[in-house]
Order: sequence, then C-alpha cells, then structure tokens
Amino acid sequence: MALPTTYSFETEEHADLRRQVRRFAEQQIAPHSHHWDEAEEFPRELYREAAAAGVLGVSYPPELGGAGGDLTHGLVVADALVYHGRSVGTAGSLGSHAISLPLILNLGTTAQKEQHIPPVLRGEKIAALAITEPGAGSDVASLSTSAVRDGDHYIVNGSKIFITSGCRADLVVVAVRTNPDRSLRHLGLTLLVIERNTPGFVASRKLKKTGWWSSDTAELSFSDCRVPVANRLGEEGSGFFAIIQNFAAERLLLAAQCVAVAQLAYDESVAYAKTREAFGKTLSGFQVTRHKLADMATRIVPIRSLVGDLAMRLARGQASMAEVAMAKNAATDMCSFVCDQAVQLHGGMGYMRETLVERLDRDARLFPIGAGTREIMNEIIARAEGY
Amino acid sequence: MKILVTAKRIPDPGQKIKLKGNALDLSAANWQLNQFDEYAVEAALRLTEDGAAPATRQGAVTVASLGPADVQQQLRSALAMGADKAIRVEAKDEELDAVIVAKTLEKLVRRDQPDLVLMGKLAADNEGNDVGQRLAALLGWPQATFACSIQVVDGGKALLVGREVDNGVEIKKVRLPAVVTVDLRIIAPQAVKNGRTAANFAYPEGPRYASLKGIRAAKDKPIEALTLSGLGVSTALQVKTHGSELPPARQAGKKIASVHELVEKLRSEAKVL
Repeated sequence: MALPTTYSFETEEHADLRRQVRRFAEQQIAPHSHHWDEAEEFPRELYREAAAAGVLGVSYPPELGGAGGDLTHGLVVADALVYHGRSVGTAGSLGSHAISLPLILNLGTTAQKEQHIPPVLRGEKIAALAITEPGAGSDVASLSTSAVRDGDHYIVNGSKIFITSGCRADLVVVAVRTNPDRSLRHLGLTLLVIERNTPGFVASRKLKKTGWWSSDTAELSFSDCRVPVANRLGEEGSGFFAIIQNFAAERLLLAAQCVAVAQLAYDESVAYAKTREAFGKTLSGFQVTRHKLADMATRIVPIRSLVGDLAMRLARGQASMAEVAMAKNAATDMCSFVCDQAVQLHGGMGYMRETLVERLDRDARLFPIGAGTREIMNEIIARAEGY
Repeated sequence: MKILVTAKRIPDPGQKIKLKGNALDLSAANWQLNQFDEYAVEAALRLTEDGAAPATRQGAVTVASLGPADVQQQLRSALAMGADKAIRVEAKDEELDAVIVAKTLEKLVRRDQPDLVLMGKLAADNEGNDVGQRLAALLGWPQATFACSIQVVDGGKALLVGREVDNGVEIKKVRLPAVVTVDLRIIAPQAVKNGRTAANFAYPEGPRYASLKGIRAAKDKPIEALTLSGLGVSTALQVKTHGSELPPARQAGKKIASVHELVEKLRSEAKVL
C-alpha cells in the first residue's frame, strides 16, 4: 500500500487524535452507516457520544469547552470521521456546528460565546447555519429574509433552505437583512442566533435529496419571529464579511471530505477488483482494471497534498481565498471522477443501494454545489487573477 | 491510592502475521497498546477519580513498560487518557521473557511502593498470562486475576475483586498492597467502585477516549527512562523461542451427500472414528 492515507503535516499529536476519531467512527458510526442512510436519520444521542469521544471540541478553545487545536486538527477529524465512519451524511450533520460556531466565536461577545458554544461542544445542543434562501443562494448579497427592529427585538420574516441539521437544530445562525434599503446589498446583512422554540420559527420541511440521506436538511420558515437584539452577532451590517471569512475553512474541510470519500471509494474498488472474477480471473487480472485503479489513485494523491498544504498555510493565515477555491474545485472534480469510476468498476453491483460506492457516488454530487458552487469558485479565482 | 499499571505494546492483532524464515517478521507491524493493559489503565483511572466532570483525582497512576524507545508512543497514549506519569525500561522485545519482565516489575514496585499493581490479564500477542502471577509471588503479595469488577472496601485497605468463573462470579477479598489482573468486563459502566462515586454511578462503556487536550497534556508528563542493568535485573533468558510457524492453511470444506459417507470420511480421512 503506497497511497498515503494521512496528511504530510501530521505530527504524533495528529496521529493520536486520528486514532481516537477512528475508534469512535469504527465503533459508533460504521456499523450503522447503511441503516442510518436508509432511515434518513441518525440518533441524536450520537452528538453526546461524539462529544465524549473528544470529536466535537477539536479546534475550539479550551475555555469554551473545546479541545484546542487548529484547522489541521479539524482536517484530521473530518478525514477520519468520513473514512472510518463510512457515512458522509452522518459526518456532515454531526459536524454542522463546524460552519456555525466559528461565526459566534469570531463575532460574538463573551456572554454570547459562553451561552451558545459549550452546550454544543458537549453534544447537548445542535447548531446549524442558515444563509441560502429559495430566492438567493450563491448571490448572498440578494438575501431577502428581513429583520425589523422593534424595541429590544428584531421581527424576522422570510425562509431559508437546504439547511444542514435544520430540523433538529437548537440554535441556528441566520443571515438576515436588517437594513430595508436593498441597494446596500451585502452591507445590509446581519447574523442572528435564533433558538429553537422561538415563536414564529419552524422547520417547515425536511428535504429529500440525491445523497447525504442520514443528514437532516431542512427548509426553515420565520414569520413575525421575535428575536432578542441580544442574539445579534456583531454590529448590524457585519454579516456578509463574517460569512465570507468563514467560507475558507468550510471549503477546505469540504475538500478534505472529498479526499476521504475518494479514498474510501478507491479502497472499496481495489478490494472488489481483487475478489470479483470474470472470464476466469479476477478483475485486477485485467490491465484495463489495473489502469483504471491507477488513474484513481493518481488523482487522489495530489489533492491530499494540496489540501494538507493549504490547511497548514490557512492555519497560519497565509492562504488566499482564490487558492482555497482552486483546492475546492480540484477536490470535488477528483472526487466525482473517482466515485464515478468506482461505480463503473463495480458493474451492476455499483448501481445497487446495498453497495457503498453507489451511496458515495450520490453523496459526492453535493460537493461541487455546497459551500459555494464550482462556478462561484471560478469567479473568485478569476477575480483574484485579474480577468 | 497509588497505582502502578503495566503496559505492553503488541502488533495490531488485526494485521496478518508475517514470517521471515522461522521467526516472526515484525518490521511492518503497527504497534499498539495491549487492549487488556488499556483496560487496566481505565480501571486505575476510575479507582482514583470521584466521578465528577472534570474529575478531581485522589491518588496517582503510573504506567510502566519494557521496550525500545518507540514504546513511548503507547505510554503517551496512556498518559493522554489521564495517567500521571510513565516509566520506560529500555529493552528489546526479543531479549525479554516473562521472568525478566516480572523481576523488573518487582524492582519497580519495591522502589516506588504502590498500593496496587493493575495489569492486563494477558498480552494479546503471545497470550502468556503469567507475569501478574509471577510478580505477586516475587513480592509475596496477594493476587486476584481476571478481574471483572473491583470494589474498594475497608476504608481503602482492601479490594473485593469479582472473577468470572464457570458457574458465576467469584468474589475475592484481597488486602492491599496486591496485584490484580483485569479481564475485559472491567470496562463495563459499573465495574469499578472506588467508594467515592455514587453507588449508581456509571462510566461510559469501554476505555475512555483521549481528547486532543489530553493528548497535548500528555506531552508534558514525565516518562522516566531506566535500564535493566540499572535496576539490577539479570538479562539471562529462561525462555527461548526456537521458531515460529503459521497454522496450516484452512482447507476448503466438502459437501457430503449422506450420513453414511460422513461416517466413512470421519473414519478414513479425518481418522477420528
């Protein structure tokens, strides 16, 4: 086995962390991965178990109940959780705090941080992030969910869609428009923490998706929902830049998921090729199969290097958004290719719901869409390159 | 309570065994902490905690291992779980047998005088299952092997140790200091009762996970390095390994048409009748 299954930046500390996450994922996710996907849900208790295993707190400060560590540790968790847990949807929903809590961490007051972050890291509460709306997604500056000030409250009206963990979330970081002057575009956006059971806030629909079935994805609706002004993160109008800043880590973690998914699809394919027989020999006895596998391996390795390199530089604040955008596109392209080849190599079995690569192939379809589409990534790259 | 826990590194039992000539080839082995020793670490931590979160500790847990420098990694993982310090006695695996290991541990115990030595019931590589018993004999201490439960009694002066036997659970009372080796059920949620936690207190099943915080804290915990000669242990092997061989490869099964044929084959091929 020559293919590296770890990142080159990993120290003994990362290796220890990886072992812990692996044990958790192998024992508490993998045996249920297929069933949870078919059931379109995993037990809420898994959040507490993940917290007890030290998985949720990684890359959050110890004074808020975190375990410390930076983005490189987060990457190791993402990699091991997906690879050993064998369920992209479960890992995604279990990690939905990874896209919402950093906003509280970066913008919140001490009181807000102490109120919202520790219960999530203990696995007692579930956190989600809500930006996209039925009428605006990539075009963040066109969001229309409104928040009108009324004394100590905002009155929020509008809806959000494609929200990971939306049905079960206890707190949602929601992007709203606090300034009715729409010509302000992105400068009118503000982030509010909206808690479950706030009158006027409901998860109106659990959405049916191509993949990520075990992950709950919701449409949220706000009608005259009164949110205390104390739940506002940062100043009015500070939402957009906070969201944009948050995207770098989110996109890199997504790229890491791509690497783990592809590695899993590749390993499944190698195992299948070595045992499945056709025309009197195993599939791996055919040059065409060996070359297909070699092509898959060759795509995975450079992306792991790129993602690892970028994580180290991003942790030091030395990577640009354009580089992250390139890494995301390169990773999602690679993952789509590898999963597609894996299905092809499995033949009829590759099209069956009982086969892991069938599920991975569906799960992988999200990656070029989520956390900023492939096209938006290209816009970022084009702008940075000056054309 | 001052507890000494022993820790052996073993090759990952999930890996395929390789031979080089008639010796084990461990060059590509993934080393890990023997799981029964990991259970002993967990049991030791439970014995010294009060069950609160974060736990306040009473007593200290030292983890000791014999082996090359790499063993530090397994010791660090025990420290990351929460043990306080570690001892590594420099040795090559092939230069050790159960007698040398037991005598080395005896020296450590006489030097540090723990109240309790907790060990895995055996190491899952060679399944020797004799170091704990030897150590207890060398020290002249009471022993309780294959513990499935431990309860501190008599104000911390004795232990009630449960042992699974054929027709139930046998409870042994041992006065401290003692040697106790643990079986896998010692990691059940209520297997260890130290007298300070509530009667119905339940730990999560299994050896605890080391958090990143624990992993980082482990780096600053001391690992004392000792040598066999420094401890005055004779290095003459009393058990020599003459060779290793793999069990014969399993043959494919046969389908048999009738009972008559079965009996015939048991007689002529298997030669058991």
